[in-house]
Amino acid sequence: MGLKIVVLAKQVPDTRNVGKDAMKADGTVNRAALPAIFNPEDLNALEQALRLKEKYEGSTVTILTMGPGRAAEIIREGMYRGADNGFLLTDRAFAGSDTLATSYALSKAIEYIGKFDVIVCGRQAIDGDTAQVGPQVAEKLNLPQITYAENIVSAENGKIVVVRRLERGVETVSGPMPMVVTVNSTAPECRPRNARRLMQFKHARTITERQESNDDYVAMYSERPYLNIQEITALDIKGDAAQLGLSGSPTKVKTIENIVFQAKESKILGTSDDEIDELMKELITNHTIG
Amino acid sequence: MANFYLDNPDLRFHLSHPLMQKIVALKERNFSEKDNFDYAPMDFEDAMDSYNQVLEIVGEICGDIISPNAESVDHDGPALIDGRVEYAAGTKVNIDALVKAGLMGITLPRKYNGLNFPIVPYIMAADLVSRADCGFVNIWGLQDCAETIHEFANEEQKAHYLTRVSGGETMAMDLTEPDAGSDLQAVMLKATYSEADGIWYLNGVKRFITNGDGDISLVLARSESGTLDGRGLSMFIYDKQKGGVTVRRIENKMGIKGSPTCELVFKNAPAELVGDRKMGLIKYVMALMNGARLGIAAQSVGVSESAYRESLSYAKERKQFGKAIIEFPGVYEMLTKMKAKLDASRTLLYETSRFVDMYKTYMHIAEERTLTKDEREEMKKYQKLADIYTPLAKGLSSEYCNQNAYDAVQIHGGSGFMKDYPVERIYRDARITSIYEGTTQLQVVAAIRGVTTGGYLAQMREYEMMEIKPELLPIRRKLIVMTEEYDHIVQRIIKTKDNELIDFHARRLVEMAGNIIMGYLLMLDTNRDERFRRSTEVFVSQGKSENHQRFEFIENFSIDELSNYKWV
Repeated sequence: MGLKIVVLAKQVPDTRNVGKDAMKADGTVNRAALPAIFNPEDLNALEQALRLKEKYEGSTVTILTMGPGRAAEIIREGMYRGADNGFLLTDRAFAGSDTLATSYALSKAIEYIGKFDVIVCGRQAIDGDTAQVGPQVAEKLNLPQITYAENIVSAENGKIVVVRRLERGVETVSGPMPMVVTVNSTAPECRPRNARRLMQFKHARTITERQESNDDYVAMYSERPYLNIQEITALDIKGDAAQLGLSGSPTKVKTIENIVFQAKESKILGTSDDEIDELMKELITNHTIG
Repeated sequence: MANFYLDNPDLRFHLSHPLMQKIVALKERNFSEKDNFDYAPMDFEDAMDSYNQVLEIVGEICGDIISPNAESVDHDGPALIDGRVEYAAGTKVNIDALVKAGLMGITLPRKYNGLNFPIVPYIMAADLVSRADCGFVNIWGLQDCAETIHEFANEEQKAHYLTRVSGGETMAMDLTEPDAGSDLQAVMLKATYSEADGIWYLNGVKRFITNGDGDISLVLARSESGTLDGRGLSMFIYDKQKGGVTVRRIENKMGIKGSPTCELVFKNAPAELVGDRKMGLIKYVMALMNGARLGIAAQSVGVSESAYRESLSYAKERKQFGKAIIEFPGVYEMLTKMKAKLDASRTLLYETSRFVDMYKTYMHIAEERTLTKDEREEMKKYQKLADIYTPLAKGLSSEYCNQNAYDAVQIHGGSGFMKDYPVERIYRDARITSIYEGTTQLQVVAAIRGVTTGGYLAQMREYEMMEIKPELLPIRRKLIVMTEEYDHIVQRIIKTKDNELIDFHARRLVEMAGNIIMGYLLMLDTNRDERFRRSTEVFVSQGKSENHQRFEFIENFSIDELSNYKWV
């Protein structure tokens, strides 16, 4: 019996290579100016899912992403790397969601899609850095969670064993499945996109994407059902409108400040033995080293 | 976070050449595989989109994995452990990424789990990998040995070995021996057929074998005892799983240090004959070498690219006398010439790749059905072109690669001589390109046929007839003058019927032809995209004066002078 694994993945603006126009005047992220990418730690999570799939025959890996229509690209990216299928959770009703509303919608979507043994996601997304969505999804599904995972060692006989990366070392923990696992960037990098899978799945489309483009390959979608990426709406997940989108988001951004880092406390270091000795003692005392 | 494909629009330009329409339609047998394979293209646009996206994967792996590993791979190198090669840690990571990305068996048919790509996108992948790590491309690029199995082995062998190559097993071509380098007729490794076992056994030594401990090797061996020349040699497949070959030594080289160059000892190593006996050198090695030479041309272009890029960014950053050194004529001229040579060798590389694609695809189609008269003629035409273009591309691009690596170190000044910058490695790595798979001198021996038979001239005339924008006419006029000068001097030399004199001037004549052909190709590139204008103008001006210098030398050369150059 294989595992049913779902990977929660997010399309994010690539904040790692920001240029001058990365922020708008009002202090929010200028999403148009930054390339949209697969959230890096979600890729680490996907790799963990794919390793489980390889280890336990008959397992399936499903990508679930919430976002606008173009976030379907994340699902295709996942398929090129080895995911079996994916769902795009998309609806205007989700607009303005904070982490609470997002995890509510995701948890309802997971319930809608079906039962899973492992729900895995990146620790946090590089656009918000909250690390809240994974744990909140677990709470809403009333499932146990293991955070900061670096390696999912095994997932069999109803039990999952995970190595966690902590500040000063690693610990190995186990717990019952279904389990929510959030994965760190210290976990192995995700495998590259596979050339053949890319050619197999590059035509995968949501119904909206197919309506928007004049795709010539109409027959393909009935002959190859795996090319249909399913869209899920607020209606499908039977969500409580008050808990979705802006109305379900208690987080309010008060102000955003632009901060330019400046060296304020620079000091000149001497090269005599005494001065170096002094410096070493200082660094050890304030735990910079040691 | 670098993508070596996306950051280089020149590659996409060459991928989109008009002849691709025909190449892809032939290679895909008019897109007939889409019903049997869900990764086969629906039409031309779909196929091109796939090549483009797959090259994007290659570019990402090159930028994010292979290039960052290049320094440590160069430093660590492979190790010899109990007669086996252990790759450097970075090499293993590189191979793993490319295998997982499904980038082995790129050109092989889908029935052998290949991607069925034409040569052009495959060579483009090799161009990319070479820019990332010149030494590593050897290990990955030896997959083109599979093409020789595909062409000449029997169906059972193809099904067995090609599928394994597509699955990620590496290859080697075992030709060279201590006393058989450029002269492969002297190969002595013994192949003996055992009637009792119904199998061939190999005994002897091979030397300088790139990736000698690869999974599947093609071995040139003497199957006809008592013979001494090329007619006694046959081609064999050795499967490492069967055992019988040990690595005695890994060479300590000047460059491409990550690529294991092995001395191999064969002791009753079981092997399978490929194709017919006695055809090993005469037919199969020639095919194998032509594929490998195109690979080295790609390697040279990729290394030129990295030399140019390193130099350009250094020259922009490095300030002396209060300004960036790129502002000084002595530096900017070097950079401009580097770029012109890079563009020239790359356009020749892809022109050659297209010729190879055309004739090889027809050749494979001919195994499935009888070609029409027109198709047969077209195949012959492209085969002839591929035969004269391959040594030209290998010979000239490897020389340019060396020149560019030399200038790259020069632009870096003292820093370039230190191990702190990649150009030091690039300089060492570049050096082999004009030596292996046939030295430049041997490429000239192969290419001179294109001079004496008029093959290059006919092609120059063909380029001359192509329609171009009016603003390119001055460039074409220069090229026409160059062609006339070339034709004149070639006729003069041929008329002497003195083979030694022809051989003596061969390199000059081949280089003259190369300058004209690359000049035309650049002009035609500029006709499609203005991006190449600067390189075209620079290359043609430089080429014109270089050719004239050669012309002068040959024109004024008296046969009596030949003795001045001889030592015995």
